[in-house]
Amino acid sequence: MAASKANGNTQPVKKKSPSKKAAAVKAKKSTVSKADLLKFYSDMLLIRRFEEKAGQLYGMGLIGGFCHLYIGQEAVVVGMQAAIEEGDQVLTSYRDHGHMLACGMDPKGVMAELMGRRDGYSRGKGGSMHMFSAEKNFYGGHGIVGAQVPIGTGLAFSNKFKNNGRVTLTYFGDGASNQGQVYESFNMAELWSLPVVYVIENNQYAMGTSVKRASSETHLYRRGSGFRIPGEEVDGMDVVAVREAGRRAAKWCRDGKGPTILEMKTYRYRGHSMSDPAKYRTREEVQDVREHYDPIDACKRRITQAGYANDDALKKLDKEIKAIVAEAVEFSKNSPEPDPEELYTDVLAAVS
Amino acid sequence: MSIDVLMPALSPTMEEGTLAKWYVKEGDKITSGDVIAEIETDKATMEVEAVDEGVMGKILIPAGSEGIKVNVPIAVILEENEEGKAAPTLSNAPPANEKEPTLQDAPEDVPESLLPGGRRAAVTVDAQAPQTLSDPDLPAGTAMQTLTVREALRDAMAEEMRRDDTVFLMGEEVAQYQGAYKVSQGLLEEFTDKRVIDTPITEHGFSGLGVGAAFGGLRPIVEFMTFNFAMQAMDQIINSAAKTRYMSGGQMSCPIVFRGPNGAASRVAAQHSQDYAPWYSHVPGLKVIAPYSAADAKGLLKSAIRDPNPIVFLENEILYGQKFEVPVMDDFLLPIGKAKVVRAGTDATIVAYSRSVEYALTAAETLAGEGVDVEVIDLRTLRPLDSATIIASIQKTGRLVTVEEGWLQCGIGAEIATRVMEQAFDYLDAPVARVAQQDVPLPYAANLEALSLPGAGDVVAAVKSVCYIE
Repeated sequence: MAASKANGNTQPVKKKSPSKKAAAVKAKKSTVSKADLLKFYSDMLLIRRFEEKAGQLYGMGLIGGFCHLYIGQEAVVVGMQAAIEEGDQVLTSYRDHGHMLACGMDPKGVMAELMGRRDGYSRGKGGSMHMFSAEKNFYGGHGIVGAQVPIGTGLAFSNKFKNNGRVTLTYFGDGASNQGQVYESFNMAELWSLPVVYVIENNQYAMGTSVKRASSETHLYRRGSGFRIPGEEVDGMDVVAVREAGRRAAKWCRDGKGPTILEMKTYRYRGHSMSDPAKYRTREEVQDVREHYDPIDACKRRITQAGYANDDALKKLDKEIKAIVAEAVEFSKNSPEPDPEELYTDVLAAVS
Repeated sequence: MSIDVLMPALSPTMEEGTLAKWYVKEGDKITSGDVIAEIETDKATMEVEAVDEGVMGKILIPAGSEGIKVNVPIAVILEENEEGKAAPTLSNAPPANEKEPTLQDAPEDVPESLLPGGRRAAVTVDAQAPQTLSDPDLPAGTAMQTLTVREALRDAMAEEMRRDDTVFLMGEEVAQYQGAYKVSQGLLEEFTDKRVIDTPITEHGFSGLGVGAAFGGLRPIVEFMTFNFAMQAMDQIINSAAKTRYMSGGQMSCPIVFRGPNGAASRVAAQHSQDYAPWYSHVPGLKVIAPYSAADAKGLLKSAIRDPNPIVFLENEILYGQKFEVPVMDDFLLPIGKAKVVRAGTDATIVAYSRSVEYALTAAETLAGEGVDVEVIDLRTLRPLDSATIIASIQKTGRLVTVEEGWLQCGIGAEIATRVMEQAFDYLDAPVARVAQQDVPLPYAANLEALSLPGAGDVVAAVKSVCYIE
């Protein structure tokens, strides 16, 4: 499809370095082990199956409000998560289910929150867009486009202040990349050398508006150049490429060189939210990406071609993942609605 | 023609300053633009440039003189052709100390437009007279010191920064410039640029960054140069700081203080003069504080910095330079959410906050002279609002006047009137009266500004109306 070609993900994306600084970030190519590939596959599949189920439950009325699915973008969070260390922080926008699962949050707690139940991560008070896990260093789940960017920059500020070596992954989309507060954050992050990786998930559409209709500079990895922040374009459909870029970026931060930007070229298969009929793109465009560039299929091919697992083994894995999702659904259905008294809790912290 | 050089104001709210240095001596030729003197206030230092040409005829105020009122003549410049006959020379000039003007010599008739807030004469309180309002909670015999509100705020921050090394201050001009209003004076020197941080002019960004730092375990104090600029940051204050604890089921904590001057200053017009108290008070998840006295400013700011919740701390530029008695204590903390009866009375209750307390107290004095004994309550905290103290007062007086600098619609007075109607309807002997700013953007012209803002005269009138006094 011509349209999808124009959007840049029907061809393998070449990495580009906007500056020497970015080139310096690149490390030696590391090999992908069998264990890594199988974990990537399994983690991506969990997100996909979970999201498919969430879409289904939304249609059944068990999930309410807004529900933004991550299907198609799985390689981004799985690759990035593999690039960071225990204790590093993650935050993102409202399309956040995949990030939570990748961070190791319990699918049961995430699903229960989607369904507004007592055992949800926010005890039913946050929903799909507002979920957090202090334990897993997941700092949300933010419903206002772009608002997580200064917050992530502030988490990085706290890490630098404490000199604890931690890195903050601040995800945002191509739509948010036009928000003013993003650039206010870029300025301070570089000015104060804050250890933050800005991961721009360019899924080509801000709700229904394509990147080229909304952005004067469509190469979003260049958006930091006015602030001297290096950027790199990454094939966000290739989990291994994502991990490699993520490692370079995290090292750049941990070496005290300040922030960096990764533009992930990716694609969302579903609409912006459940109520989006996606009339702004053709069915063929979506179908083309699904058939030729799907990150999970690509990972699967790598596994089978290398002989790391055969079809039967992968089918077994698929079954196990379906069981995990089914268990999460059952758990959530059985979890009661929040206690009415919960209405009044967690507004303010008690003063000790 | 001789030209008087007047003591200049460094800001619309400056009332007096120190004449630190003369760069010229009598008899010197002066060209327009020459730096002739240096003046200082507690906020800033500035050079005085000559705006006329001539010869320095007479220096009226010697270098080093403190407390020189704005607009007092400090020197006389003579036109050059006057030099021969009229200009006093060094030799025939009288000794400088002979006619040295003192504070007492300073004219009392400072133009009204130069008074803080361009306020009406009736409202004027001598900023230099220490106002003693004893806090009933203080142990008897507590020593007191006289501090400006500005110093009290600075001391509060310094004490809390010494106590807890996760506390830091960020904002525009807070570090090297020592604060746009000199509230953070000396903090950079003591706490270094790691903890006293100059930001770019980027309210939305640095407010969100502060929220993130609070999520990350620090205790930020975010200074807004004024709260007018915090509108740029409103989303981060409301959506991120106030709501995240709830949305996270209690997992996320946002211990942050947003502070800075709020309300009308003086002659800075609509975009720089607004009382945001009702805006923030509307939002669950925030605590909102608006102190009047220096003691309350100190005790409440210290409590705010320790509080585990996001706090909006509304100061007032005009109050910064006012002096009050502040308890000398190792750790002077005041409870958030507790109003204070600053004057006891029986005939009517006036509820006010921030600078409006000054109007209320002035009005109370005037009314006392007319035999009306009013009780004045300083709310101090606007959220949570201390209804109990108000209700108890209404039960005693039966009459209520609210005073605020903001607009009437959906204002603090509207909220209080509603609560009193709900909880003390049977005790009311008259409808509640509200005093507020006129329902217009604040104008620039001195007379219009004065007409728009509330003052003690309006409070007196409102009290008389609820007491049915003609």
